[in-house]
Amino acid sequence: MAMIEIQSLNLSFGLDGSRVQVLKDVNFQVREGESFGLVGESGSGKTTVLRCLAGQYSHWEGELRINGERLGRTLDRDRCRRVQMVFQDPYGSLHPRHTVETALGEPLHIHGIGQHRERIGAILSKVGLNDSFRYRYPHQLSGGQRQRVAIARALILEPRILLLDEPTSALDVSVQAEILNLLADLRQREGLTYLMVTHDLGVVAHLCSRVAVMQHGKVLETLDTNDLVRGEASDPYTRMLISCSQHKSRDRDCA
Amino acid sequence: MSEAKLQVDNLSIQFINDGRTTDAVRNVSFSLGREKLAIVGESGSGKSTVGRSLLRLHPASARISADTLRFGDLNLLDADEKTLRSIRGRRISMIMQDPKYSLNPVMTVGAQITEAYLAHHRVSQREARKQTLEMLEKVHIRDPERVYSLYPHEVSGGMGQRIMIAMMLIPNPEIIIADEPTSALDVSVQQQVLSVLDELVTQRNLGLIFISHDLNLVRNFCDRVLVMYAGRVVESIRAADLDQAQHPYTRGLLAALPSLTQRRERLPVLQRDPSWLTD
Repeated sequence: MAMIEIQSLNLSFGLDGSRVQVLKDVNFQVREGESFGLVGESGSGKTTVLRCLAGQYSHWEGELRINGERLGRTLDRDRCRRVQMVFQDPYGSLHPRHTVETALGEPLHIHGIGQHRERIGAILSKVGLNDSFRYRYPHQLSGGQRQRVAIARALILEPRILLLDEPTSALDVSVQAEILNLLADLRQREGLTYLMVTHDLGVVAHLCSRVAVMQHGKVLETLDTNDLVRGEASDPYTRMLISCSQHKSRDRDCA
Repeated sequence: MSEAKLQVDNLSIQFINDGRTTDAVRNVSFSLGREKLAIVGESGSGKSTVGRSLLRLHPASARISADTLRFGDLNLLDADEKTLRSIRGRRISMIMQDPKYSLNPVMTVGAQITEAYLAHHRVSQREARKQTLEMLEKVHIRDPERVYSLYPHEVSGGMGQRIMIAMMLIPNPEIIIADEPTSALDVSVQQQVLSVLDELVTQRNLGLIFISHDLNLVRNFCDRVLVMYAGRVVESIRAADLDQAQHPYTRGLLAALPSLTQRRERLPVLQRDPSWLTD
């Protein structure tokens, strides 16, 4: 059963003459419990797809379904409890003057959920932090710890789906490995469905089982990660991406 | 490598804030000839601090000490501000990470490059403009006349970074310090920018210090790699031999990279050894 279903999603910005279509007939499905990757260069529209699902844009056209239910254009509490997003930059996504406890308590407060103390303690240990982090401010945390807090904030409402927008691109490789392991563990333990945007094919190959490649607002192809790794991509753009991330060399075959 | 353009011995940098001393860089030594030298490490390892110290771009709270800090026949340690100004940009220049923040948003890119040229050369505006257009062409910008009059927000990230490279190369420096020049860019554009940089560095016989956290990129792009951890150089190795790295930190960094070809259940997480701080 498809957890996320996207059918002929279109989105444009601007009016009349200066109208720019940023998503052109995007279609794909993500199964329950699957980890699905969206790759492409900046400006290809991959983050925009996430934002439509997260409810940050409301003027899209087409059909979005979560767990079989059609999504409306406006955000409601119910949707927030099922879909949560983790942003790219943990330095920008946490309020600098809120402690970890305030940041994690806010979603609970909005949704009228009690037992703040216990829930916050439980979620912190789930993401590998302990209780001593509760009263710290973001500037007292390292990049990796901040991203753990951001993941905890997304998980505290116990969503079924996590939208991950380049969750490790602002982190060092050593810290990236920790966060990727954490994400893999959480998905297994909690049965979450991931939709992850990234431009790093290594990260996709590690975490995702299927991938959609986007360019200029269109999905070029959707393929199995195993095929991607074996180099069985059919689209020339996908092949170019693969060769770039394999060689990263000074030969200019991908320039 | 016979003649070293830059010789650094036992460079240490401390920051003093509220009476507390932080050792940012400890006993770093290296020499740079006509080659591409990479400095890699995690954030906070002191790699950018080393780069900036060469041009003395640090705030007053930094205390720099070294046995030698020699550029050509000049001792950078006791150079005065006037000498330094004649070096900065003219003889050693620096490419920053993100063109979005390091270009002036209210000046056209052409005017910015011209300004860099005029700061170091006494020529007419007209001549400077001509040089700028030529330089833009050298960084493979297709329509220099049009790009000259664009503002930074009107160009893409890759083009912005090539404009930065043009601006830094137009005074014809001997050494370029590139501080993560491609980490704000897409993989596909990265290659473009790197090949432009490579071409110009090779053509003009420059020394390049390439500061990066991306081991895979450095492995193919540079000649030699210095690996820094907590302010020290833990390993200096030829880029081609990176696979045979000895130090556990370097090997840990390499192993932590998710790879397309070798897929693993879990990524090995770097185990830090306190002895790395003292060895």
